[in-house]
Amino acid sequence: MVDRLFLLTPEFILLFGAIVCVIAGLSNLAVIRRRVGFIACGFLLASAVSVPFVYNSSAVETSDALFPHLGAYVKFFTAIISIILVMAAGGLIDRNYEHAVAKGKDRFHALRSSGGEFHGLLLLSVTGLMLVCEARDLIWLFLALELVSLPTYVMVAMSRWSRIAQEAAMKYFFLGAMSAGLMLYGFALIYVSTGSLVLQEISATFQAQMAVGGGLTFFAIIGVLLSLFGLCYKIAAAPLHLYAPDVYQGTAAPVTAFLAFIPKTAGMLAIILLLSMIGWERGLPPVIEMSLWVIAVLTMILGNIGALLQQSTQRMLGYSSIAHSGYMLMGVIAGPPLGLTAVFIYLVIYGLTNTGAFATIASLTKEGHRVDRLEDIAGLYKHNPLAASSLAISSGSLLGIPPLFGFWGKLLLFIAAISAGQILLVVIAALTSAVSAWYYLKIIGLAILSPLTEQSQRVTVALKWPLIAAILSAIIAIGGPFALSSMIVDANQAMMLPE
Amino acid sequence: MSLWLLLLLPLVGACCIFPARAPLAKWIALGTSMIVFVMSIIMAVQFQCWGTSGICLRSPMPWINSLGLTLDIGVDSVGMLLVLLTTLLTPICIWGSFTAVSKRRREYYAWLLILETAMLGVFTAQDLILFYVCFELTLVPMFFLIAIYGGDNRAHASVKFFIYTFTGSLIALAGFVYVAWQYQVASFGTWSFAISDLTAFASTQMTSTEQAWVLLALLSGFAVKIPVFPVHTWLPLAHTEAPTAGSVILAGVLLKLGTFGVYRFVLPMVPEALVVYTPLIAVLAIIGILYAALICWVQDDIKKLVAYSSVSHLGFCVLGLVALNPIGLEGSVLYMLNHGLSTGALFFLIGMMYERYHTRDMNVIGGLAKKMPVWSVFMVFFVLSSVGLPGLNGFVSEFMCLIGTFISTPDAESYPGVLGPCYAAFAALGMVLAAMYLLIMVGKVVFGPLREPEHHHEHHVLSTDLSAREIGVLAPLAALCIWIGVQPTILTDAMRGSIEGVLAPYPAIVEQLELQEEVAIVVEEEQNG
Repeated sequence: MVDRLFLLTPEFILLFGAIVCVIAGLSNLAVIRRRVGFIACGFLLASAVSVPFVYNSSAVETSDALFPHLGAYVKFFTAIISIILVMAAGGLIDRNYEHAVAKGKDRFHALRSSGGEFHGLLLLSVTGLMLVCEARDLIWLFLALELVSLPTYVMVAMSRWSRIAQEAAMKYFFLGAMSAGLMLYGFALIYVSTGSLVLQEISATFQAQMAVGGGLTFFAIIGVLLSLFGLCYKIAAAPLHLYAPDVYQGTAAPVTAFLAFIPKTAGMLAIILLLSMIGWERGLPPVIEMSLWVIAVLTMILGNIGALLQQSTQRMLGYSSIAHSGYMLMGVIAGPPLGLTAVFIYLVIYGLTNTGAFATIASLTKEGHRVDRLEDIAGLYKHNPLAASSLAISSGSLLGIPPLFGFWGKLLLFIAAISAGQILLVVIAALTSAVSAWYYLKIIGLAILSPLTEQSQRVTVALKWPLIAAILSAIIAIGGPFALSSMIVDANQAMMLPE
Repeated sequence: MSLWLLLLLPLVGACCIFPARAPLAKWIALGTSMIVFVMSIIMAVQFQCWGTSGICLRSPMPWINSLGLTLDIGVDSVGMLLVLLTTLLTPICIWGSFTAVSKRRREYYAWLLILETAMLGVFTAQDLILFYVCFELTLVPMFFLIAIYGGDNRAHASVKFFIYTFTGSLIALAGFVYVAWQYQVASFGTWSFAISDLTAFASTQMTSTEQAWVLLALLSGFAVKIPVFPVHTWLPLAHTEAPTAGSVILAGVLLKLGTFGVYRFVLPMVPEALVVYTPLIAVLAIIGILYAALICWVQDDIKKLVAYSSVSHLGFCVLGLVALNPIGLEGSVLYMLNHGLSTGALFFLIGMMYERYHTRDMNVIGGLAKKMPVWSVFMVFFVLSSVGLPGLNGFVSEFMCLIGTFISTPDAESYPGVLGPCYAAFAALGMVLAAMYLLIMVGKVVFGPLREPEHHHEHHVLSTDLSAREIGVLAPLAALCIWIGVQPTILTDAMRGSIEGVLAPYPAIVEQLELQEEVAIVVEEEQNG
């Protein structure tokens, strides 16, 4: 029990951080209120630093999770990427209000300030993601997943002072509730077929069922399928991706980056946990493999084709992040060891570069309004070469141009999928990536090459921290491949089974 | 280690350019590329592998051990020749664009240097993934060179160029990874991406059906780059829109990445499948030769004409590659060098003319011999080299490719092939057409009465005829054209070892194929009779 709690140290740090953030956000002193982001970053950093200590201790050996070492990799990298996400959100919340207070036009009133809540909710959501990798039973898994999602609904609503954001939040919430129901129903059916909620016991029952020769029972398969569909919502995969474009467009850019990474990672981990109860050694049951295959292909095609047609930067990047879920599902289908390694690494690479792209958008403003149309970024290079270059490098990395980081992620996925004999899937992925070249090049072309237009003339780089986040992730996109070798070792270790 | 230095020096130069002041950029770029050129010359002089099939200057570095990825570089003799071509053309390109570029100068020279690193990487990589990374990396500088410094239609041209090549090479990547996976299965879980390992494995242990799929995947990557007939449409557009130096590098080196890829991977990796599909590839090459030549005939835009002539010329190169005998293959490699020299020079000449007249339409411009005699001498010289005048470089390689095709018959004594006189005859028609369209162009532009654009003003910076710098750019290319034309044996001897190494398995495979066909015919006759 103590060991188990000890493993949750990174989560406890964040939980504490969330409380501190909420309190600090209510402070009368503007100096403290404005430092809430730093406080959140500090706790995230502390959480990341604690991870190696926690996972090098003896507590891991007694762990009864499916993958005892999974947290070492996931918690560390999510904490690091979350720091960049917090940086990208710097200056987003309460901007006008704090401005007015600072100028003496308005008086500070705790009820009207939301910076503390925002950062608190953000840390809670990250905590949820960390808890997913410690899940021992289905209830834990479900609660952790809900802890990931529930704060995000509020974050979407408070990210912008506009009706579109409220609408996005409502859509996100209702579809989220539906998918949670779907998932819970699936969990219930898994319980029906195995009589247990504990992951290891379910796994043992599944193995026993398959060893008999008849394969999984009907209820087990339906249960897993329903859970998978529910999780498709979290990772924004077809057919439950339809909310994504609207929500991603309606929300402020840094929150979109958050939505496109944290819930997606949580969903992907949950899918991996669910499927590893069945195991890849005997081959996934044909129905499940077929469904995953169709989901992956549909997601790649719909995501990339959808992105082609967009005029809004955020919507386009939203569609592109749908497509990336499709690529990652290739790795899930391929299974361990290569496939899961590839997914873990891809998640980190995608999270970094996607955040970089959104952070650049977040740093821009058009006379106080947000920058959303594609033509707004035309000629960005003339305003701010750094911002334009960061956006271009992030897009290039998402596209997978070697030697940028994104290429290596895709290469690992290709290797994994081909090793699993999924050659057709790889060819589809290659062709859809080629389609994606079209819209990523459009972003690069507009940012670096286009002349300024009447519209884009009014765009300026207003926020410092998002720009720093964007530059940071661009630097990682270039320098990251040098760390790839050790990342592969870490990711392999993450999947080590208990002895 | 010296090879790594050669590879990374341009990159260092590119990094040095950014903090420097804009007027200094071109001198840094020229200096760096000249140092690289001199280094490559020294390396070529000391090169141990001339005439042998070995790979010299090997210097591997560890990379990702669990997947068997290494940063392994080294060159064989053919690679060394192409390295020399690259290191020669890059400083010439940089020197040649001193007056042509007026905006965003630092970036321009930085991209050219990055491009040099990428191209050298392709020719020296001994690891498959390193090869692929460099192969793809060439796209990025070229994309920006076209998209920033190109003509009016540059956005469309650059995107089309990028997407065509990117799509093709992604499929090729899938093919590469497939081979690596098969290797891993056969060697009980050990991954390796070393080109030598995978080549040895694929050529001996994969079935001919598997080889055929790999062939398809690899060709879809390389055929786009070469470009071979149905996928050539990006090239004329990219060439026409690219700035002069971009066109020169594109024609001079980037197209060779495709043919080099065929030489390096397709020929040694999938011999059994290649022998079966050689006629198909040869037919596509010949269609490319003739079709592109006919298109050239009706062009008004000189640059477009030369661009299409590249498609036509590279057809000969492919034909030489699939002739499967030393003469054809040597001719083909020689063609890669020659095409780089003479077509590169032609693009320079067109660029110089364009800088002065701002048009490339040969209906508007003509009789330049009266106004620009030096330019005209060079123009006629390089056109003749491109047409294949005996005594100049083009003739030797074209002739060798055709001879190679001609004698590549099933009953040839050494190195039987699957082509023959019929293929050579059709391809030779391309030579006649080349003479026609190029000489017609020369006739219009150089000779006849002087015609200049109506609103032409004398350029205030450039002299009427070529300046000393421009002559300096063209003269080394011209000298090399003559040298190769007179002394081709030095080069063919130098590359013989490598080429015989690549072709070693082919005679047996072709004979076996013939035997199978004969058996099939006999069986059929027995069934009928």
